[in-house]
Amino acid sequence: MSRGAGAGRAAGLPAVLITPAMIGLAFLVLPLVGLLVRAPWSRTGAILAGSDAWPALRLSLITSTAAAVLALVLGVPLAWFLARPQGRFRSALRALITVPLVLPPVVGGVALFTVLGRSGILGHPLYQLTGFAFPFTPYAVVLSQTFVALPYLVLSVEGALRAADRRYEDAAQTLGARPAVVFWRVTLPLIGPGVAAGAVLAWARALGEFGATITFAGNFPGTTQTMPLAVYLALETDPDAALLLSVLLLAVSIAVLALLRDRWVRQW
Amino acid sequence: MSASGVVTIMKRWIRGPIAVIGLAGMVALAGCSGGTSDSGSGTTSGPTASGAASPSASGKISGDITVLAAASLTETFTTIGKNFEKAHPGTKVTFSFGSSATLATQVNQGAPADVFASADQKTMKLVTDAGNASGPTLFATNTLEIAVPPGNPAKVTGLKDFADSSKKTVLCAKQVPCGSAAQQVFTLAGITPKPVSYETDVKAALTKVEQNEADAALVYRTDVSSAGDKVQGVTFPEAQKVVNQYPIVALKESRNSATAAAFVGYVTGPGEQVLQQAGFGAP
Repeated sequence: MSRGAGAGRAAGLPAVLITPAMIGLAFLVLPLVGLLVRAPWSRTGAILAGSDAWPALRLSLITSTAAAVLALVLGVPLAWFLARPQGRFRSALRALITVPLVLPPVVGGVALFTVLGRSGILGHPLYQLTGFAFPFTPYAVVLSQTFVALPYLVLSVEGALRAADRRYEDAAQTLGARPAVVFWRVTLPLIGPGVAAGAVLAWARALGEFGATITFAGNFPGTTQTMPLAVYLALETDPDAALLLSVLLLAVSIAVLALLRDRWVRQW
Repeated sequence: MSASGVVTIMKRWIRGPIAVIGLAGMVALAGCSGGTSDSGSGTTSGPTASGAASPSASGKISGDITVLAAASLTETFTTIGKNFEKAHPGTKVTFSFGSSATLATQVNQGAPADVFASADQKTMKLVTDAGNASGPTLFATNTLEIAVPPGNPAKVTGLKDFADSSKKTVLCAKQVPCGSAAQQVFTLAGITPKPVSYETDVKAALTKVEQNEADAALVYRTDVSSAGDKVQGVTFPEAQKVVNQYPIVALKESRNSATAAAFVGYVTGPGEQVLQQAGFGAP
């Protein structure tokens, strides 16, 4: 990697890379500029005061953070398992893990019903025993978001694990460290940036989640109505208000990411 | 590898981005000519682009048209479109189904379409108010019905069950047509519903019942019949007082206005039979 960067610097930035890079950048940034230009700034006060925006934003931030934490707890060990050279059936497992990326999120929501719904494989006994069912609760929002966000974290952490120098782990092991200690004290610090990047990706994906949430969790203000659902409904009657709410969601997410970058990610 | 080989590869690589830029430019131009009618090049290239479907004064019924229609019309309009193509050889009808409000936004943003059919008059008004169509025709009506899982496990008998918070019921959000109809029904009945969810469209509401996660949902009569045996319908008297009316209109921006008008005529004529078989009412 360092060799490639050095060569690039010596030859100057090749036009062959700059042109598509600029087109790519414009492709991502221009729609955002369009949102900012079209948003009805003069109505900001009225739209934010009279809508479901604040409860939705609050719920979105809480559930997406919970989903990112859940993805970390489940995803890092899963990535570790996938990246081990002696692991079996790894390519099949990796393909399975990417399923939520390919599955239309609405179908993902239906799939969650079949397992965790009131008449689902696991949800039915739970409902019989306790009277509790996941759908239409904030837990269902977190589960939907985790389902779609987990692959981003797993793939990102797995990539970091493969790129990490395994000799450090081997050295720790030969010096007598137990596997758990090796993982906690050596592996995890080595792959820190990959874990952080994966967590951020997972959080961002969870924050924008729509399809699985509307299917599995429904839409009730304050309970399951996240910001993307509020935006979708606003789009039906007042498209300008929807633009403004989207800008609000973007602004909050960019602020959170900028804050994290300064406080946390830079440690590595 | 020789130096000339490297140069050839470099040339190939460079050609790619240039081709992309060229393509992007062409798309941008095509977008302009399609979107605006008052630009000179747009109006002249329009008829040529649609080939045989020239909207000449004689009004020949042939060529392609694009119909934007409410999601609840998916099954019926697909059938009507096939019948129309048979009745008028040389025509081809392409459909885009979706939420009426989304489709209305697309029309007002200059989507290249010829006919718009909406699930309520409020949404149609968004298009006519923007000057993109005038004089819509009503072609069907729809009423609400309660959908329950097969066997009706929660024993839902009418609207009052929606006020019972021990039953998990779902409604459409008031922003979408099925939700505003539901609101009117509950106002008429003097009932305050306590649903667990306000769904973003009628299909999402129906899914909750099909998956047996909700005990009841208030949806359209036609949704209950198109869901087959995955749900059961429960009728209630107040439904007859809130009737959703479906308007259809040929769009001003149509490049094939003769065929567009013919399709509107076909829906309000021979198409009625297909609609009524699916549970729609006569206008």
